[in-house]
Amino acid sequence: MQYLLLLHANEAGFAQMTPEQQRQGMAAYMAYTEALVKAGVYKGSNRLRPVSNSTTVRVVDGKAQVLDGPFIDTKEALGGYFLIEVPDLDAALSWAARCPGASHGVLEVRPIWEMGQGQQSAAA
Amino acid sequence: MNSTEGDEQARSTAEAVARRSYGKLVAFLSVRTRDVSAAEDALSEAFAAALVDWPQNGCPANPEAWLLTAARRKSIDVFRGVVRHELAAGELLRLELLRLDQAAGQPQAQEIPDERLAMMFACAHPSIDAAVRAPLMLQVVLGLDAGRIGAAFLASPTAMGKRLVRAKEKIREAGIPIRVPRREELPDRLDAVLNAIYAAFSEGWTDPAGLDAARRELAEEGLYLARLLASLLPEEPEVLGLLALLLHAESRRRARRTDAGEFVPLAAQDQALWDHAQIAEAEMLLRRASAMGHIGRFQLEAAVQSAHVDRCRKGIFNWAQVAELYDALFQLTGSPVVLINRALAVAEVDGAAAGLSALPDEQADGRLTQYQPYWAARSELLAREGAFADARLANEIAIGLERDPAVRAFLEKRRAALPESRSNGISPQRAQNE
Repeated sequence: MQYLLLLHANEAGFAQMTPEQQRQGMAAYMAYTEALVKAGVYKGSNRLRPVSNSTTVRVVDGKAQVLDGPFIDTKEALGGYFLIEVPDLDAALSWAARCPGASHGVLEVRPIWEMGQGQQSAAA
Repeated sequence: MNSTEGDEQARSTAEAVARRSYGKLVAFLSVRTRDVSAAEDALSEAFAAALVDWPQNGCPANPEAWLLTAARRKSIDVFRGVVRHELAAGELLRLELLRLDQAAGQPQAQEIPDERLAMMFACAHPSIDAAVRAPLMLQVVLGLDAGRIGAAFLASPTAMGKRLVRAKEKIREAGIPIRVPRREELPDRLDAVLNAIYAAFSEGWTDPAGLDAARRELAEEGLYLARLLASLLPEEPEVLGLLALLLHAESRRRARRTDAGEFVPLAAQDQALWDHAQIAEAEMLLRRASAMGHIGRFQLEAAVQSAHVDRCRKGIFNWAQVAELYDALFQLTGSPVVLINRALAVAEVDGAAAGLSALPDEQADGRLTQYQPYWAARSELLAREGAFADARLANEIAIGLERDPAVRAFLEKRRAALPESRSNGISPQRAQNE
């Protein structure tokens, strides 16, 4: 099954680190990604720019409303993700626990809704 | 055989099989697909088919295998749906068919692999809402319906049904594995299973008079789950500890109320009404558990029960030992409830004043202000100290918090026995000896 590991963390944390700490932080993520690839479970990942660069769009009565900022303004913001493919939730949770983000923030583990499954659920 | 007789026999065999093997068949059918609802549906269709077929053709020698074969077609459809987006679907389907056929081909029901332990771990998985773990286990492992479970957990059948459906969906959609955790993850995961079984039993236990059939039955089902777990994990001391604890509680069921339904405190119970065989079994389990050399919460709680029984049966003054057990329990759990019980034991050893100062402070833990035993204990100790006005107040709060009418009546009797105001005639020392 595929799972999206969503990293929620305090954005201010990274900026407050010394350059050396930042280097170490980046290296930890590199090593983690490398481990995911080696284990054959890595499907993709990205780091997101801070929420201050975020814009939200919603169409109301056929008209697009564009707003500055994230959809939900919280202290811990979505900062990036990893997409992995593993046999079950326990395997996903154990990869989530190894992610550096789980130590300075929170990891949310969401199963991917794979194509074809929706019809099956409805029919069952 | 005439047809009504055949119907009767088919029905009673189907009911017996359902009670004996429901959980085992559901677990076996869903262990690969993780689709518990589909396994339940397939099985209930198989039971319906049995009620048509068995009266005509006679009950099969191995009813479990018959049901498994009948459930096979439906569950294969489900399996096909689950894996259709995967490249290896064909191969997986072939293996699943082989697995089901092999099991259904076994001449003895006992030879169908038992996946119930794995299922219990799935029901108590950390990603399942803690409040639904016990209900889920009761349904999936024992086959209780949502109405009966809801009645015991103070929820409507509809609300309970929805919660159970959501939990089963989560097992399937979030990919919660139906398997026994690896050695290194076992301790944490086992705790959740033990807590869920304990919660199932306790919900039944809150109706001690046994007036509410759904509740009383639940205590029995909780005990059944604990026995099942002990048979599947006989080398886990905490599993044996839980079973010992539940047996101790169950052994005193008949003595806890008078025929008129009045609450009887432990020290006043008629020991002839205790089930001494259950007590003996509990003691044996506890000895086996402690020989394994790994203490835990349930073993300690069972040991407290064992000390209470010893004191009542042999007249030994063992409150110091009880207080020590509560000390150890508090080290493990940090629970303020443990401190309340410990304070009562301390009061027996060192007097009511010592007991009062050993009580946790309700300011420090807000939950205590809504906890009946805290106020009852406080009232008891204050009365022994001669502080009758304060004792009366604490007693009233306790009454206001209790939902069991029998316990309420017992607390009201205690209040009636309290003198109107502080009497200088009763010294703390004298009160202690009462």
